[in-house]
Amino acid sequence: MSQKLADIAHSRAGDKGNTLVLSLFPLEEKDYSLLVEKVTAEKVKQHLSHQLKGSVTRHEIPELKALLFTCENALTSGVTTSLALDAHGKSLSYALLEMKI
Amino acid sequence: MNEKIRIGCGAGFSGDRLEPALILTEKGYLDYLVLECLAERTIALAQKRKQQDPHTGYDVLLERRIEGLLPLLLQHKTRLITNMGAANPIAGANKILEIAKKAGLKVKVAIVLGDDVFDQLNGEEFSLEGSKPLNTYGKLVSANAYLGVDAILPALATDAQIILTGRVADPSLFLAPMIHELGWDKENEDLMGKGTVLGHLMECAGQITGGYFADPVTKPVPNMDILGHPIVEVSRDGSGIITKVEETGGLINTQTAKEQLLYEVLDPGNYFTPDVVADFRSVRFEEVGPNQLKVNGGSGKTKPETLKVSVGYQAGWIGEGKISYAGAHAVERAKLAGEIIEKRIGDRFDEFRVDYIGLSSLHGESVSKGTSPYEVRLRIAGKSNEKALAQLVGEEVEALYTNGPAGGGGARKYLNEVIGVVSILMDRNQIHPSIQVFES
Repeated sequence: MSQKLADIAHSRAGDKGNTLVLSLFPLEEKDYSLLVEKVTAEKVKQHLSHQLKGSVTRHEIPELKALLFTCENALTSGVTTSLALDAHGKSLSYALLEMKI
Repeated sequence: MNEKIRIGCGAGFSGDRLEPALILTEKGYLDYLVLECLAERTIALAQKRKQQDPHTGYDVLLERRIEGLLPLLLQHKTRLITNMGAANPIAGANKILEIAKKAGLKVKVAIVLGDDVFDQLNGEEFSLEGSKPLNTYGKLVSANAYLGVDAILPALATDAQIILTGRVADPSLFLAPMIHELGWDKENEDLMGKGTVLGHLMECAGQITGGYFADPVTKPVPNMDILGHPIVEVSRDGSGIITKVEETGGLINTQTAKEQLLYEVLDPGNYFTPDVVADFRSVRFEEVGPNQLKVNGGSGKTKPETLKVSVGYQAGWIGEGKISYAGAHAVERAKLAGEIIEKRIGDRFDEFRVDYIGLSSLHGESVSKGTSPYEVRLRIAGKSNEKALAQLVGEEVEALYTNGPAGGGGARKYLNEVIGVVSILMDRNQIHPSIQVFES
């Protein structure tokens, strides 16, 4: 059965200039290995291709059961000068959670 | 020297709510209250206000926040540390004395200076973001270095009840009182790392008590209408317990803390501040009671030789217009309206953008494909160095009432001056913090 990341994970978006940071955690710890397996940097880049114009780096933090995606050149020009409605990219955590796994 | 101190965070950004800080001060048994009110762009905007009027340039809510807080701070012997000095801590301190005088109170304010390094720029420095010289961005309006605990500690060494700073690194607002009260050695990188972890968890206030977290389906948070802001009780070993005033709403648990720990962190093994390069990967959380979270771990490495400097520049004007369509063919009509405006004025702008709110404005076409909303709001934005041209965007959207598709309603127009912010690194030996004390 295909399910969305939103069914098994939670996420928070943060910004630094034109870099978007997306954290990802399983709602239940047992699903961490599934996230590690399925949600690769390549898949995130592909899923958010309209938004992510630069490299995507994935950090694994097993002690916290967390993944962190650092996405460069991802916020058109950064919060201070972007024309985007959501210039910070604060809503993009939920774009990640739309991914089918 | 103390075994423990309690620090509350009453504001996590300049526009944050006023009430949680009052509750924290009145009922939180705090030694220190921190108000973090200064985003990257906020200080550039404050510099512009100061240029227009030298008596301004401190945080726009300083007056309202201090009027409410000052009697409580003095009554409960809680010291306030805040970056509400923004671009003009001297004017901010004078304003606080004026408020105290009006209320018949005596107060001492220590201000931290030295973050303003605008005079040291020549414009040829390369930005970290674009790898091009600063002077190619636009007219420069501000340059503020992120100061650290070195700058705040001398202010804490006075007996001032209020410490007012300009640009300092957010976690340093918390780490400084830990060092001051718990007798920590600044060269102890492990403790600097642990204290920075706690400061980082606290600095966004409501973001660790359930704000920016709640999802009624997967992550419900109780009583968000009375969301409390956090308190950290820090022990000498660098561990801490994060909690809140009991009667307030919100939630503190491992989930809220994990989301905040990694918030805006580019590399969890190397979190740069002026005080330390912190490693967040070994942080451990333990729920020791309802809304009581023990934080342990984290470590640090030698602090960087350079400090980050935020440079503000004039980036022109953004004009914006919005109008809504609903019912049959709502998306088609909104798209027609967008095409009309784009044809009429689109090619006159450096940057121009058409969005469909309700359909694809936040996550773009690829994620929302195949969905069809009942109503949609057209949003058009354009950027220009000419104010009048930027203004035209909203005017043209408004004119869709009579010159566009059927059933367009609720048009609104906006015009904003844009201050862009880029960063450079500066040798920390070039930056000379100082303090001044003001007394009523």
